[in-house]
Amino acid sequence: MHWYAYTVAGWLMLVGSFGIVRSRDLVHAVVSLSVAQSGTYVLLLAVGYQSGAPAPVFAGGPAPSTRVVDPVVQAMALTDIVVSATVTALLLALSIQVHARHRTVDPDALTRLRG
Amino acid sequence: MSRTVRLVMFGVAAAVLAPLFGLAIAGAPPFGTASHPYRDLAVAAALRNATANVVSSINFDQRGLDTLVEETILLASVVGATIVLRASTGDVRRELAGDDRALAAVTLVSVAVLPGTLLIGLDVVVHGHLTPGGGFQGGVVLATGLHLLYLASRYETLERLRPLHWYRWSEGLSTAAFGGIGVGGLATGAGFLANVLPHGSFADLLSGGTVPLLNIAVGVAVAGGVVVLLAQFLDQALRIASERDGKG
Amino acid sequence: MSRSALAPLAVVAPILAACVVLVAGRRAPRLVIDVLATATAAGVAATTGFLAASTLGGRAVTWSGGWSPVGGRSVGVVLVADPLGAGLACLAGLLTAVAMLYSWRYLASLQAHYHTLVLLFLAGLVGFALTGDLFNMFVFFELMGAAAYALTALRIEEPDSVQGGLTFAVINSLGAYLSLMGVGLIYARTGELGLARIGRALGGQRADALVIVAFVLVVTGFLVKAAVAPMHFWLADAHAVAPAPICVLMSGVMVELGVYAVARVYTTAFAGVLPGGVLRTALLVPGLLTVTVGSGMCLIQRHIKRLLAYSTIAHTGLFVVAFAVLTPGSVAGAALYVLGHAGIKGALFLVTGLLLDRFGSVDERDLFGRGSRRDPGGWFFLAGGVALAGAPPLGPGIGKAVAEDAAGRAGYPWLVAAFVVGSAVTGGAVLRAGLRVFLGLGHPPQPPASETQGSGEQPETPSLVRAVPRTMLAAIVLLLLAGALPGVVPPLWVAAGRAARMFLDRTGYAGQTLDAAPPTPVAPLPGLGWTTTGVVLGLVSVTLAVAVALLGVYRPRRAGWRGPVRSPAPVELLHRLHSGHVGDYVAWLFLGVAVVGALIAVPLLAGR
Repeated sequence: MHWYAYTVAGWLMLVGSFGIVRSRDLVHAVVSLSVAQSGTYVLLLAVGYQSGAPAPVFAGGPAPSTRVVDPVVQAMALTDIVVSATVTALLLALSIQVHARHRTVDPDALTRLRG
Repeated sequence: MSRTVRLVMFGVAAAVLAPLFGLAIAGAPPFGTASHPYRDLAVAAALRNATANVVSSINFDQRGLDTLVEETILLASVVGATIVLRASTGDVRRELAGDDRALAAVTLVSVAVLPGTLLIGLDVVVHGHLTPGGGFQGGVVLATGLHLLYLASRYETLERLRPLHWYRWSEGLSTAAFGGIGVGGLATGAGFLANVLPHGSFADLLSGGTVPLLNIAVGVAVAGGVVVLLAQFLDQALRIASERDGKG
Repeated sequence: MSRSALAPLAVVAPILAACVVLVAGRRAPRLVIDVLATATAAGVAATTGFLAASTLGGRAVTWSGGWSPVGGRSVGVVLVADPLGAGLACLAGLLTAVAMLYSWRYLASLQAHYHTLVLLFLAGLVGFALTGDLFNMFVFFELMGAAAYALTALRIEEPDSVQGGLTFAVINSLGAYLSLMGVGLIYARTGELGLARIGRALGGQRADALVIVAFVLVVTGFLVKAAVAPMHFWLADAHAVAPAPICVLMSGVMVELGVYAVARVYTTAFAGVLPGGVLRTALLVPGLLTVTVGSGMCLIQRHIKRLLAYSTIAHTGLFVVAFAVLTPGSVAGAALYVLGHAGIKGALFLVTGLLLDRFGSVDERDLFGRGSRRDPGGWFFLAGGVALAGAPPLGPGIGKAVAEDAAGRAGYPWLVAAFVVGSAVTGGAVLRAGLRVFLGLGHPPQPPASETQGSGEQPETPSLVRAVPRTMLAAIVLLLLAGALPGVVPPLWVAAGRAARMFLDRTGYAGQTLDAAPPTPVAPLPGLGWTTTGVVLGLVSVTLAVAVALLGVYRPRRAGWRGPVRSPAPVELLHRLHSGHVGDYVAWLFLGVAVVGALIAVPLLAGR
C-alpha cells in the first residue's frame, strides 16, 4: 500500500492539468490549476509521514522527541498554500478582466492572440 | 488546434509520464518511513531555540527566508490584484438597491459569532510559536471574521469599517517589519534573519525569540491582504464596464 | 559587515524600497518615487556587481538566520553568490534601473503601484539568481511570477493585455507546481533541500527512475520560464502585451534565468548522478527545436513586439544549446551572449515602445514608412538588428563566437550552423521591420488571416507623444552601449571564462558552501576572445541577415497582392499552432515534459 498516497498526488496533478486542457471556462481552468497544485500538498505530506508518530508541536503535547511527523514538509506545504492562494486570487482577477474586455471566458472563443 | 487533437496530445504525454511516475514512486522510501534526516536536525534546532511549535520554528526561524519571500509574494499579489481590478476609465458604479438587508437570523448569528471569531484569530496569531497555527492561519481567521459584518449588515457598513487605503500601511509596514527584523540580525553580526532575541523558556508565551514577532507581522499582512483582495472582488461586482471598454 | 552580508541585502533592499514606495506613494511627488526606485535598482546593480567581481576569487556563502552548517549539515537556507549568479543579479539590477529611467512620468494613473511591483520583481530575480536551495528557488520563482503576471496585464483597457497576462500566469504557475512535485520527490529520496547537500547525497549513486523523474519535474518549471519549445507559447503572448520596459526585464534576464536555473540545478545537485552525455541530448533536442521555431515565427511576424519576442525565444534556444555542450568555454559563451543580448534586445523593445507611444501601433504594415529618417530611434533599431545578428565586435557577436568555438572544440562543429542561422534570421527579421518602418523601403506586406495584428492599441503614455523625452532616449542609448560593450572589453572575457569554470565545479561549490572550505583558485580559460573564425562567422551571419531583410523588403509582388495573400502551407501551420489557447499550451507543455523525460529515461533505464 505504500504507493497509495503518492499515486493520489500524481493523479491530482494529472487530472488538474487535464481539467485545464479540456476547459471551456477560464474560472474552471483556474480551479483546475488549484486541483493540480493540491497534488503537491499530498506528495509533500506523504513524504513526511511517519507511521504512528505524533505532530511536531510540543506545547502541552508529547514530550519533546525527534520521533514526530516531518515538520519540514509541513512548513513547505504551508508556504505552498499561501503562495497558491494569492496567485489564484491574481488569476481570478485576470479572469474577471478577460470577461470585462472580451465578454467571454471560453478559451475557445478567445482568439485574438494568434500566430 | 481542435479539441480532439489537443486531448489526444495530452493523452500521449500522460501515457509516457504516468508509467515513469509509477516507476519513480516505486523507488521512493516506503510510506510512513522512520528516516527523516532533515526532521531530526530541525526538531533539535527548534528545541534549542525554545520554540514549541516546530513548524513555526522552521517557517520563521530556520527557513525564515522562504517566509519573507512568501510574504513578499502576498504583497505582490495584493498590489497586482488591486491594479488589475482597478476601475478603468468609463466604468460606472452600480447603485445598490435600498432593501438588500440580510435576514434577521443571519444578522443575529453573524453578530453573535463575530467577537469570538476575532478573538480566536488573535489567539492563533499570538500563540503561533506554541500551538498549531501562526500568522498565516490567524490572519485568515481575522479577515474572515471581519466579513461576517458583510453577512450581518449592508455592504456600506463593511465599506465604512474597512478604510481600504489602510492596506498600503498594513501590507507595506508588516512586510517592511519582517525585512527590518532580518536586517536587524545582519546589524548585530549574527546573520540575516537570525533569531537574535532572548529565546525565553520552552513553551512560555514569551519564547522563541523573533518567532512570535514575525508571526504577528505576518498576521497583520495576511489579515490586511485578504481583506483587500476580497474588497477588490466585491467592488468589482458592483462595477459595470462601460460599452466603450467592453470592445473586443 | 563582511562580504557575506551583501547577498541578503541585495534581496531585501528592493523589498524594503517597495514597501516605502507603497506607503508613501499617495503623498510623495512622482519625481521622488521615480528617483527612489531607480536609485534602489542601481544600488542593487552596484552591490551585486561588486559581488560578481569579488567572487572570482571564491564564492560568497551566506547562511540565512546564521545557521552555519555543523559537520556539513544545516537547517537553514543558503545564498551562494558566484560570479555567474551575481553577474545575472547585476544584470537584473541594471536593466531595472534603465527600465525605471525609461518609465519616468510613465503610466501615471497607477500611482506608485507600478514601481512597487517592479521592485518586487527585481527582488525575485536577484534572489532566484543567488539562492543555493531548491525550495527557496521555487519561492523566488513564484515571486518573479506574481509580480510579472500583474505587470504584464498592467494595461487593463487592452483586451489582449489581460488575456496574455492570464495565459502567462496559468502556464508558469503550472510549471512551478510541477517543479515543486520534483522537489518533493527529491526530498523523499535525500531528505535535503540545499543544492549542495542534494549533490552530495546523490553523488555516485545509480540514476534510477525516482532521480530521473525528480530532475525532469524540477527543471520543467525552469524550462517553461526559459520558453524552451514546446513550452514557449506563453512568451510571445506575454511580451506582445506587456509594457515595453517590462519586456526589457522579461526578455533580458527573466527568461535567461530559466536557462540558468536548469544549469545551476544540474551542475550542483544532479551532475554526480546523471551523465553529461544524456543531459546533452535531452537539452540539445528541445534547444534546437526552440531555435528553429523561434526564428521561423520571428520571420513571419508583423506585430513588432511579437517579432522581438520570437527572436528572444530563438536566442534562448541558442543559450540552451550553448549550455548543453557542457564545457567551460560554452558556458562562458552563453554568459557573454546573455549580456550582449539583454542590452540589444532591451533597446529594440524600447524603440518599439516609442513607436507605440507616437503612432498608437506596433504593426509593421501599419507603420510602413511612418518613421522618419531623422528619427534617431530608427537608426538605433537598425543598429540593434545588425548587433543581434552577431556583428563583430559587439556583445552578442562575442558570445556567439565563443560558443561556436567551444562547440567545435567539444566535437559538435555542426552546432555552429544553428548559431549562424538563428542569429541571422532573427537579426534579418528585425532589420526588415526597421527598413520598412523607418526608411519606407519596399512594398507594404499583405496580411494572412491567422495572426496577431499590432494596430489599434492604446499607447502607454497618457496621450500620443510628439517629442521623445530625453529620459527615454537616454535609456535606449544606455542599453545599446551595454549590449555592445561585452564585445570590446577583454577583461570581461577572462572573467566569463573563470566564472564558467567555477560554475561547473561541483566539488568546489559543495566544499565552500557546506564545509567553509577555502576556495580553489580558478585559472583563466585560454584562447577566449575574438578569433579569425569567429569574426568570419559573425560577418557571414550579418551578410545572411541583410539578405533575409532585403528579401523580405523587396520580395516579388504576387498577382493580386492587394487582396489577402495565402501564406505558404508551413507558414500557415506555424501560425495556427500558436493558437493563443491556454488548453493547447498545457497539452504542449506536457508533451514537452514527456519528450525530455523520455530522452533522459530511455538511455538510462533501458537494458536494466
